[in-house]
Amino acid sequence: MISGNDRHATPLTLTRKLWQINWSLVLLIVLVAGIGFAMLYSAANGSFTPWASMQMVRFGVGLILMIGIALIDIRIWMRYAYLIYGLTLILLLGVEFAGVIKGGAKRWIDLGFFLIQPSEFVKIALVLALARYFHRLNIEDISNPLTLITPLALVGIPFALVLRQPDLGTALLILMGGGAVFFAAGVRLWKFALVVAVGATAVPVGWTFLHSYQQERILTFLTPERDPLGAGYHILQSKIALGSGGMFGRGFMEGTQSHLNFLPEKQTDFIFTMLAEEFGLVGGLGLLSLYTVLCLYGVAIALRSSSHFGRLVAIGVTFTFFLFVFINIAMVMGLVPVVGLPLPLISYGGTAMLTVMAGFGLMICVYIHRDVRMGRSGEGR
Amino acid sequence: MTLDKSREKIFSRRAALLTGGQLALFAGLGARMYYLQVLQSDRYRTLAEENRINLRLLAPPRGQITDRFGAPMAINVQNYRVVIIREQVDDVAATLVRLENLLDPGSFDLDRILRDIKRRRAFVPVTVSENLSWHEVSRLEVNAPNLPGVSIDVGMSRYYPLGSVASHVMGYVAAVSEKDLTGDPVLELPGFRIGKHGVERFFDTALRGKAGNSQVEVNAVGRVIRELERDEGQPGSEILLTLDSTLQTFAADLLARERSAAAVVMDVHHGDILAMVSSPGFNPNAFSEGMKGEEWRELVQNPYAPLTNKAIAGQYPPGSTFKIVVALAALEAGIDPDSRVFCRGVTRLGNRQFHCWKRHGHGHMDIHGAIRESCDVYFYDLALKLGVDRISEMAQRMGLGSRFNFELSEEKAGLMPSRAWKQATYGEPWHKGETLIAAIGQGYVLATPLQLAVMTARLVNGGKAVTPQLILQPAPHDAGEESFAAPEFADIGVSEIARTTVMEALDQVVNHPKGTARKSRITDPAMAMGGKTGTSQVRRISMAERDGGVRKNEEKPWKERDHALFVGYAPVSAPQYAVAVVVEHGGGGSTAAAPIASALLEEAQRRSSARRNAPGRVADSGGSEKASPL
Repeated sequence: MISGNDRHATPLTLTRKLWQINWSLVLLIVLVAGIGFAMLYSAANGSFTPWASMQMVRFGVGLILMIGIALIDIRIWMRYAYLIYGLTLILLLGVEFAGVIKGGAKRWIDLGFFLIQPSEFVKIALVLALARYFHRLNIEDISNPLTLITPLALVGIPFALVLRQPDLGTALLILMGGGAVFFAAGVRLWKFALVVAVGATAVPVGWTFLHSYQQERILTFLTPERDPLGAGYHILQSKIALGSGGMFGRGFMEGTQSHLNFLPEKQTDFIFTMLAEEFGLVGGLGLLSLYTVLCLYGVAIALRSSSHFGRLVAIGVTFTFFLFVFINIAMVMGLVPVVGLPLPLISYGGTAMLTVMAGFGLMICVYIHRDVRMGRSGEGR
Repeated sequence: MTLDKSREKIFSRRAALLTGGQLALFAGLGARMYYLQVLQSDRYRTLAEENRINLRLLAPPRGQITDRFGAPMAINVQNYRVVIIREQVDDVAATLVRLENLLDPGSFDLDRILRDIKRRRAFVPVTVSENLSWHEVSRLEVNAPNLPGVSIDVGMSRYYPLGSVASHVMGYVAAVSEKDLTGDPVLELPGFRIGKHGVERFFDTALRGKAGNSQVEVNAVGRVIRELERDEGQPGSEILLTLDSTLQTFAADLLARERSAAAVVMDVHHGDILAMVSSPGFNPNAFSEGMKGEEWRELVQNPYAPLTNKAIAGQYPPGSTFKIVVALAALEAGIDPDSRVFCRGVTRLGNRQFHCWKRHGHGHMDIHGAIRESCDVYFYDLALKLGVDRISEMAQRMGLGSRFNFELSEEKAGLMPSRAWKQATYGEPWHKGETLIAAIGQGYVLATPLQLAVMTARLVNGGKAVTPQLILQPAPHDAGEESFAAPEFADIGVSEIARTTVMEALDQVVNHPKGTARKSRITDPAMAMGGKTGTSQVRRISMAERDGGVRKNEEKPWKERDHALFVGYAPVSAPQYAVAVVVEHGGGGSTAAAPIASALLEEAQRRSSARRNAPGRVADSGGSEKASPL
């Protein structure tokens, strides 16, 4: 290992940066993604098309993106954090005006060769912007309520835009991911309590702004058996598939419920159910353990970072990743409403894959540049 | 720097809190997973099985019905229909246009097809047309390459090779109606047909068999993925009728010359119905295929009632054929067969006159002559001596006035009046004059052709209370030699002297120069028949008419003409077959009914040798002698 003093003095060369990448984390990511390929192969009844092969290509692109992001100097990320955030906001607005409607929601922009979902990028961009903002503040500034107006706006604008699309799941994820950064930055707990209280009073008002299908989903979640053939069908079928998997599962590609299409969206939102049906409790807990290790990696990286920006980015990305995993798995097990969030690294989907990989890229970037100190305004020292 | 330090400290603490929260939530997921996959595993496994396994009923093939020799009378034939599977068709509209041009005109209902296509799921076949002709099938086959998603399906439909010949006995099958539903799910299968009449109805449950089922794995939209298990069920039982389909056809051809008639030929010892025809008949195949409204209306409105089985549901005044019963009652009451009555053509009772059919009378008549020449006055005399109750009682013993609980459900009981009956029905006492009318088979007396055949059989078979049988029992292929013996029927308790006396007279009816059915006799002495003619009035003949001369039947409207009846048996030496013929409004029994009966008995006897060699039951050669199997 390079001694601490050396790290201060020596600028990081590309080779050293590559050396610095925590390859064990990369290996873990590849492992989880590999499980995803296997599940997509199974979802297509033992075929690489249409999902597994495409997902592999995307993962390859994602890996390159991840390494690329990791190698870029963290100060550059800090410098352009607002710009990136601004660009994603423009993309989100673009959805508003020129979005493609799919399945009743306007979430995508057609780039001709590729449909992108700006709400995915927002999650990362928001973490960057918030980290940069809080990086500048010291602990006394944070206790001043006025300083919280800007970051609240940073969260509030994309939240509102995404809610309009409508994409309740992503909107809540933005809210909670942003909240985690607030929390890690040291915002007083009573202020959270206040926000929660205000939010709670706003729920009845907000309820009326929800689309009827969103209301239906929440109602159905509260009593899933009330409409077993309608909106509760997905949750019920998911629980049946998962529960029937038992301890060791039915075996790879033997999941009857998923393969007979009782399971909706088995290649995306409900892919964990298929895994749990085919590999049982053992498989489900195994994947959950891998995710836990990934999250712990993120926390460890955050704790090792000497810059506040790095810390906040790492913890923000980690928590966002955690939320993805938690909400998706809790959803398929009937613990939270069906909100339509993919399972990171496993579910089929391009933008989500790139977002997650970009997040890990930032995480590794924080690790590589863990000893880089940055001034309040973002210039490296 | 201290600020930075404290900021870092706060961060570390908060990061630890966040991580703790994450771990706790993940642990919660793990617990939930344990709950669902281990604790609730059995429940969800059951639900999963129910989810993916679908039970489909397999309609069992309907049992075949054959005549006594195994000749088919109701079979299942393949029925071709063309179906379209939407998801396999590129352009539904164009395909339908092509199909319409290939199918025979009239069988193509575009609105119905489009409605079905819309309603069903894309992979469910929709029937375009049923009962395809061979030409249609071949045209479709030739054009198959241009018709993706169109296929020809083979179904089963009921077919009656004899058509209308045995339509009333066979009945028919038709679509299940609302009131037929018993909860048996097989009835709810599309296209399932059940027996609606005749044998098809009476033995419906046995013919239907037991539905099989196929356990198929289905996906969430109900598409079959594969078959897991299959239980073929049980095909319906085969039923052998006592009918001789050749004799049946022969009888139907004879009766077809009349507007409306019925005939029954039965074996006098076993009760086996060899032929039962009601004419006109109907085409039972039309019901299997699904009858059109106008076809049905035509059948219902036809004045000759083709849907009614007149052999068992037609109730006719038996006319002079009833004299058999009266003669037996008189002989049993001890009346001397040689005592004579002088027939002047009329009998006076109080201020009423009862005429003989022969206007100027028969002169002196004993019982032989009275039967032979059908002298009404002689029987008026017997009636007065006997009273209605003794006649009625004898009629009951001979099988009249009640149902045999025969396999055909629309069987009617006829009517044998008695004093008690009249009191109960009309609340009036019985009049003597009514006894006179009853004695010549008129008035209240009503009988079905089947009853008349049974009456004749009971007389000539040695006085056994034979009942009609329509089912060959036991089935020959699983029965031993013993079971071919004539079944034991109770004795009707009529003395042999009485029976032989009446039979001698019936012999004379046909074979005596003065007999009323002389013209219809069977000339081969080994096959000679005996019998009794009957002509029954449909309406009362008024005094004015009688004075002005009774109008000839041919001059009256059809509905007012007399019914012609004949009951007979053969051979006279050792009676084997009994026959009853009724020609509705046919005029005289001797002219319209006797020739038919004669032809039937002759044919029945001719066929008996064929029957003896046939693979079915061989026991027609007589009750006394045991038949050898096969």
